[in-house]
Parts: sequence; structure tokens; C-alpha cells
Amino acid sequence: MSKTIAIASGKGGTGKTTFAVNLFAVVDEPVTLIDCDVEEPNCHLFLQTEPEKTERFSVLLPEVNFDKCTGCRRCAEVCRYNAMVVIDKKPMLFEELCHNCGGCARQCPQEAIKEVPKEVATINIATWRDKKFVYGLLDIGQARSSPVIDYLRKNFSNTDDGYTLIDCPPGTACPAVESVRGVDLLVLITEPTPFGINDLELAIKMGKALGLKQAVIVNRADLGAGDVKALCERYDVPIIGEIGFDKEIAKAYSQGKIISDVIESFRNICEGIWQRICELASETEEIKQ
Amino acid sequence: MKVAITSTGAGLSSEVDPRFGRAAYFIIYDTDSGEFEAIDNSENAAGAGGVGVKSGQLMVDKGVEWVITGSVGPNAFQVLSSAGIKIAPGASGKVADAIEDFKAGKLSETSSATAKSHTGLQ
Repeated sequence: MSKTIAIASGKGGTGKTTFAVNLFAVVDEPVTLIDCDVEEPNCHLFLQTEPEKTERFSVLLPEVNFDKCTGCRRCAEVCRYNAMVVIDKKPMLFEELCHNCGGCARQCPQEAIKEVPKEVATINIATWRDKKFVYGLLDIGQARSSPVIDYLRKNFSNTDDGYTLIDCPPGTACPAVESVRGVDLLVLITEPTPFGINDLELAIKMGKALGLKQAVIVNRADLGAGDVKALCERYDVPIIGEIGFDKEIAKAYSQGKIISDVIESFRNICEGIWQRICELASETEEIKQ
Repeated sequence: MKVAITSTGAGLSSEVDPRFGRAAYFIIYDTDSGEFEAIDNSENAAGAGGVGVKSGQLMVDKGVEWVITGSVGPNAFQVLSSAGIKIAPGASGKVADAIEDFKAGKLSETSSATAKSHTGLQ
């Protein structure tokens, strides 16, 4: 049975990509890494692999045939995102508000609206050490990443026996929610600073609201004044790994290296964390999407 | 001529709401007769997105010629200008005073949006 693990955090810069990449590196089983941070993907900078294949991703936008349109306003009425207005019996679309649901096209009594594709992102498909690695990159000027994330997860998740690792965008808004929805385990990376703690609580609440099983990894655990343990106890979320600040780790990271390749102690920690992840993920039912 | 003033309340003595899209009320005022109608916009004002567009649609539907408000965002501006509705930003104080200022020519038309997207959320 395949399992999906999301690596997320509230705060940016806590080590999501570092752990996503290093866990990906230490796993012996079939595993796919999907970088869902499509606004600024970073995993490929560590993996340094060229995509074997790239494809363009499109969303569907409504296009009005004004010869057929009677200006009845049904399209504007059904749009819950207020993306369509009707002025002088002519519909006008606000593209950046449209969520591509197709409701207006289906509801138009004149069949005057058809959905046309619009390219918004590039999908990169690569192989790294015989493992599949996929990342998306939203085009400059595009506002909404959720459809790209949804596409990445639906099309590239490991469906055979094996694992899918998702490197998530920071925060707790739509892109983060889309990246973690329905996963078997949500792994939150934090640091014991007031900012890390504050954002970790928001992320835990997001996970709870989505009914997800969660675990926490504390990065730079010996720096900072925040009490991660107390927070995790309060929300009944296990801490499955703690890594102290280490100049050698920071150095390898700053050089863009795969840390587990060059620092054995870090590799051991990652292997231990992966074992805990597998145990926790195996307790959850099959992915609900 | 019908004008709309963004308002925090339902009467002419209410304060002008500085936001267009997320205005609590719109006072639709007839400058010829002095009659007015108050439209409660609170449901739309609490919406997640496209609020300026929807408020703009309401102005179009009400057939107003001018919108008198504090500031207006890019989407609302596009709806209003596409419909030929003129916008007078910079209004403040009571709705009645804003109407007098407008009549006296103290509020002038803007040719572009005067606030960024989501300003009304702050």
C-alpha cells in the first residue's frame, strides 16, 4: 500500500526542503519526491538533476461567445468567486479571481461559454539516483498555485507499494492545505524560537482541522528559547527527531550539498526519523482523496 | 443624477466608509430629488475575494453615475470604469457632507485605482 508523507511547517526557513531532500536520499524503498512549493521550488537545487521531461500545465478559463450570449447574468450569479460581472448585458471575466470550476460554462442556458486552456506553470519530471523527482514552477504573474499542486499530487504520487514525499510551501493558507490534504502523515519541521513556536501551533491547528496524523521534527533544537515540547504535549503530537545546531551541517547546507551524503551522524538521524515516519504512516488508513 | 456614497451606516448622518468594495453600506442618492436608498453590503463585505468586483456590479445594476468613496481598488476600478461610472475618491466625514463637497466640486474624478488589492481587509 502506498503512503504519502508531507513535510511542512508554518514558518519558512525551518528546514522543510533540507529534510525532504535528505529523507528522499536515505530511503531504500521506492519513493517519489514532489516539490509542491511551486512558487519557489528548491529541492532541485540540492539534487542538481536536469529534468528528463517538462510539460506545460494549463487551467481552464471561460470564454464567452458574444453571438450566443443574451446577457442573462446566470454566469455571474453562479460564480462564488465573483470572477464574472455583466455590464450592458456583456459578461466580463476577472481571470485572477476565476477558480476554473467551469460552473459558469455548465450553467449557461445559451451554451455561450466554453472553457479554454491557459498555461500557468511548468512541470519538471526528473530521476535522481533511480528515484522519481517532480517539481512544478508557477509562471511569473500567476496568482494561484493550488491547481498546480493538485495536478502534481494526482499525477505523480506513487501508486504502487512505496512512498510519496511532498515538500510543502510554508504557511497555512490554500497552497499549504492543498499540499497536505489527505496525507498519511504530516511531518512539521520547527525551530525552538518564538516565531517557530507560533507558526508551529498554526500548522498543527491546520493539520487537526484536516484530520491528519502529525509528527514534529525540531531543527536547531539547542538554539532559541521556545518550548516545543510543551506545545507538542498540549496538542498530543509526537516529536520524532531533534537535531542540534551543527556548524558542519550548516556549512554543507550553505554549499548546497546533500548533507546525509557528507555527514554520517546526520544520515543516521535521518534514517532514524524515516523509520519513525514509516511506523506512524503505517498506522493510518489508506489515503483519502 | 444618481450617485453612490460608501457609508458605515444606513443614513446621511453616518460616516463615509473609506473602503469601496468592503463598504458596510451604499447610500444611493438622487442629486435632483434629494431622495436616497441605503443598501446593506455587509454580506458581500465579509466575502473572501472578488468583493470589489461584486460591489462594482451592484453600482452598475443600480445605474449610478458617480461613486463617492475613500479609495477604490484595481478590480473595482475596472468594473466601474468599464461601465462608464465615474469615481470620486478622497471623501471623508459624514455622508451628507461628502454629498455637499461633491456638489461643490471639491471631489474630483480619478482616472486610476487609488488603493491596492485587498486594502479593505487591513
